[in-house]
Amino acid sequence: MSGATPGPLLEVDGVSVRFGALLALQQVSLTVQPGEVLAIIGPNGAGKTTLLNVISGFYHPYQGRIRFAGRDRTWLRPPDVAALGIARTFQNVALFRGMSVLDNIMTGRLLRMRGNVLLDALWWGPARRQELEHRAFVERIIDFLEIQAIRKTPAGRLPYGLQKRVELARALAAEPQLLLLDEPMAGMNVEEKEDMCRFILDVNDEFDTTIALIEHDMGVVMDISDRVIVLDYGRKIADGTPEQVRKDQAVLDAYLGVAHD
Amino acid sequence: MTTIESALDTFPKLVRANAERWPDKVAIREKDFGIWQSYTWRDYEQRARRIALGLASLGFARGDKTAIVGDNRPELYWAVAATQALGGVPVPLYQDSIEKELAYIVDHAEARFAVVEDQEQVDKLLHIKAQCPRLEYVIYDDPRGLRSYSEPCLLSLAELEERGEKFALGHPGYLDDAIAHGGSDDTAVICYTSGTTGSPKGAMLSYRNLVTMSRIASEREGLRPDDESLAYLPMAWVGDHVLSYAQGIVTGFTINCPESAATVLHDLKEIGPTYFFAPPRIWENLLTNVMIRLEDAAWPKRKLVQLFLGQAQDLERRRLAGRPLPLLPRLLRPLGAALVYGPLRDNLGLRRIRIAYTAGEAIGPEMFVFFRALGINLKQLYGMTEASVFVAVQKDGDVRLDTVGTPMPQVEIRISEQGEVLFRSPGVFKGYFKNPEATRQTLEDGWIRSGDAGFLDASGHLKIIDRAKDVSRLAGGTIFAPKYLENKLKFSPYVKEAVCIGQDRPFVTALVNIDLVAVGNWAERRGIAYTSYTDLSQRPEVSELIQGEVARVNGTLLEDEVLAGARICKFLILHKELDPDDEEITRTRKVRRGYVAQKYAALIEALYGERDRVTVDAKVTYEDGRTGVIRADVRICDVAVDAR
Repeated sequence: MSGATPGPLLEVDGVSVRFGALLALQQVSLTVQPGEVLAIIGPNGAGKTTLLNVISGFYHPYQGRIRFAGRDRTWLRPPDVAALGIARTFQNVALFRGMSVLDNIMTGRLLRMRGNVLLDALWWGPARRQELEHRAFVERIIDFLEIQAIRKTPAGRLPYGLQKRVELARALAAEPQLLLLDEPMAGMNVEEKEDMCRFILDVNDEFDTTIALIEHDMGVVMDISDRVIVLDYGRKIADGTPEQVRKDQAVLDAYLGVAHD
Repeated sequence: MTTIESALDTFPKLVRANAERWPDKVAIREKDFGIWQSYTWRDYEQRARRIALGLASLGFARGDKTAIVGDNRPELYWAVAATQALGGVPVPLYQDSIEKELAYIVDHAEARFAVVEDQEQVDKLLHIKAQCPRLEYVIYDDPRGLRSYSEPCLLSLAELEERGEKFALGHPGYLDDAIAHGGSDDTAVICYTSGTTGSPKGAMLSYRNLVTMSRIASEREGLRPDDESLAYLPMAWVGDHVLSYAQGIVTGFTINCPESAATVLHDLKEIGPTYFFAPPRIWENLLTNVMIRLEDAAWPKRKLVQLFLGQAQDLERRRLAGRPLPLLPRLLRPLGAALVYGPLRDNLGLRRIRIAYTAGEAIGPEMFVFFRALGINLKQLYGMTEASVFVAVQKDGDVRLDTVGTPMPQVEIRISEQGEVLFRSPGVFKGYFKNPEATRQTLEDGWIRSGDAGFLDASGHLKIIDRAKDVSRLAGGTIFAPKYLENKLKFSPYVKEAVCIGQDRPFVTALVNIDLVAVGNWAERRGIAYTSYTDLSQRPEVSELIQGEVARVNGTLLEDEVLAGARICKFLILHKELDPDDEEITRTRKVRRGYVAQKYAALIEALYGERDRVTVDAKVTYEDGRTGVIRADVRICDVAVDAR
C-alpha cells in the first residue's frame, strides 16, 4: 500500500468508539496529509475530543483501523503513540503546576532521553552532553514561542493564555510529526488568539509539523486551516476546504439546527 | 582640546581601528537561546563589512538611506555601521511604530533600503511599500514565519551577506575605498524626534557631532573600554544611538542586547552593567517593583527595610542640600549597606554601576534620592537630539537635587530674555532633513533654542523649570509648572502617568493614570474584585487611594513658597491608559498636552464644574491600527486643601 507516492500521514478508517450504550464515534474515516493544517470542528458533544483521544491512544476503537505513517497502530498505548511522533495538547491545560516552564518543556524531551541513573546523578559524560543538547533544543522552542521572560516561572503562576503556549512548547519539544491541538484558543482574548494563530502557522512552516486541531472559533478555523472536517453526533458530515465547508448544507444544519418533521 | 584625528573621523574607520586594536575584546553581546552570545570587535567589523558589501551588491549609492527597524540586535547595529561605511545614512525607527508613523518617516527620509528584525516589521514595511515609492529592498534578520513570502524585494540578512561575499571577489578594495571617502562633515545618522507637537522631524547629525561629543563625554565621565552597558532603549532614540552605538565605538566598551523587551529587568541583573542610562519611567519601574515586593514581604523584614531606606534617603537629601549630616545615621549606614542597600542594589542588577544617568525627562526628586541613597551614582543628564545628546551632566561629587548639573566641556549655555535655555556646542546638528523652516526656528547663529525654561545658578549649575511653553500662571497669578506636579504624583507607585491642568484656571486639577500592576496588586490584597483596567480605575477604593497620594503631594508643596499656591484641588482617574498609539503620549512617553487637553476637554470642563461624575467615550487605537471606543463613567474627586 504505502510505497512510491508519499501516502497520508495518518489514516483513520471506519473507526467507532462506544461508551456503554453511547456511540461517541460512528464509522469515522479521515486522512491527514503530511504538512497540512487540518481543523476538526463540530457542535458540543460531536466527538471531536474522542477522536483525538483515539488517535493518541487514550481510547481504543471497537471497530475500524488507524494507520500512522503507513503502519497499523490501532492498539498502541499513549506512550508508544508518542514515541511514534504524535504529540498533543489538552483542552484543559495539563502542566506540572509547581515546575518551572523550562522543566515542563524539558519533560517533552523525556522520550528522546536515554537514561542511566548513575551517570544522570553525577551529570557526567554522555548524560551531561545529552542534557545540554536537549536544553539547546528547548531553548530554540522558547525563543520560537517568545516565552523567554517566563523561563523560570512556575507554570501554575502563569495566566491561562501563557499556560496554553507552554503546553504547545512541551508538545513541540517532542519533535512530533503530527501535532494534535485540543482547543488551543479556548478562553483567550482576541489578541492572544491572533498570537496563537501565528504560532501555529509558524510551527507548521518552520518545523514542517503536520497539525490537526479542534477549534470552536470559526474565524480562526477559516483563517488558518488547509482543510476542515466536521463532526456531528459522532459522524463525519463534511470534509473539504474551508470554503467548501462553509457552504455545505449539512454543516449549516448541524450548527444552526434544522426543523425535524 | 579634543580634535578628531583625520584617520579616525567616522564610525566605520573607528570600528576598523577597534578591530585592529582589540581583535578579541567583546564589543557586543546578545542573549539568544538563553545564553549570552559574544561578538568581538573583529566579529563586529567583519559582519558590518559583509552586510555593507551585500548592500553594495544591490546598488547602494552614497547618500542612500537605510531604515533600521527592530529591537536592539547586534545585526541592526552592524547594519548601521555598514550603511555608514558605504557613505549612506541610517535612519533608525521606533520598532513599535504603527504603519502610519512608519510610512511617514520611511517616505520622508527617502529610504531605499530597510533592514529589519523580523516578520512583524516585514509585514508593516510590505504594507506601506506602496506609499513609499523609493523603498526598494527590505532585508530581515530573523527568518521565522517568512519562508512562504515571495515578494521580490525581500531578502534575508544571510542571503545579503552571501551576495556580499560574491561581490567582494569581483570588487577588491571597494569597501575600503568607500570608507576612506567618508569625512567628518557627512551626515552620520538622521534621528527622527517624536515631537510633542506636529509631524516628526529628522535631525541630521554629522560624524563630527557624534564623534566629538562622544569623546568629550567619555573623557569627562571617565568611561573605560572595560565598561559594560545595556543597550535596551529603542535604537531610534538618540540616547541609544549616542550612548550605546557611538560611545561604544569611540570608547570601545561592551554593549549588551537583552533577550526581549520583557526580559530587560532580568537581563539587567545578569549583566550588572557599570554604565547605565534610563529615562525616568524605567527608574519608576524599578522602584515600583521594589515597593510591590516590599509590601509582600513579612512584617519584620518590611519594617527593617523601611527603617534603613528612610534613614538613607534622609541622609542623601541632606547631603544633596549641602547640610551637615547627623552622627547616628552616619554610623548606622554601614549596617544598612550590609543588610539593605547592598542586597537591594544587587537584586536590581545595579551593584556594579559606576555611572548611571537619568535622561529624556525630568525625574521626580523622591525617585532620584531613593536610588542615590542606595549608593548608586545616579546623575541627571540634560540633553537633546539636536545637540548629539550632551548639554549638561551632573559631575561626580557635585550632584544636586534640583539642577541638571554643569555644562559639558565645549558646551556654552546662555539664557534668552524670555528665560529660555540656549546652547552652542560641537554637537549642534546640521539641521532637520528637508525642513529648513523648522531648522530656522530651532537654530539661530549656531545657538539652539531648547524650548525649556531655566536658569544658571550662582555656581554654574543649570536648573530647568519646565517646558518654556508649559510654564504658566493660574487665574490668580500663581506660577504653575505642570511637569513639576506631575513628577511628584508619579513618585507614587500607584500613579503611572498624570497630567495637571491649571493655566488661566482658578485652581489646579489633575488627570491621573493608575499603574495597573501596583494598584492591581494592592486591590488583590484587599480582596477588591475588578474585571479590567477601566473597572479598576473607577473603584471607589482606588479613588480614595489616589486621593491620599494627591494629598501627600499637596503636603510637600507647602514647603515651597513659590509653588504652594498651585496645589491640586480636584482630580479624576482616567478610564484608559494614555497610549502612544492614541497619540496621547509620544513613544518616549512624554505627554502631548495640547492633544490631551483637546481630547479630554469634556472631562476637564467637568473638573471645573459642579458634577461628581461624567460619562466619556474614548477612541482607542489597537496595535494593528484598528480603532474602537471605550465608554466609561468617570468619577470626580475633591481633595481637601487646608487654607494656609
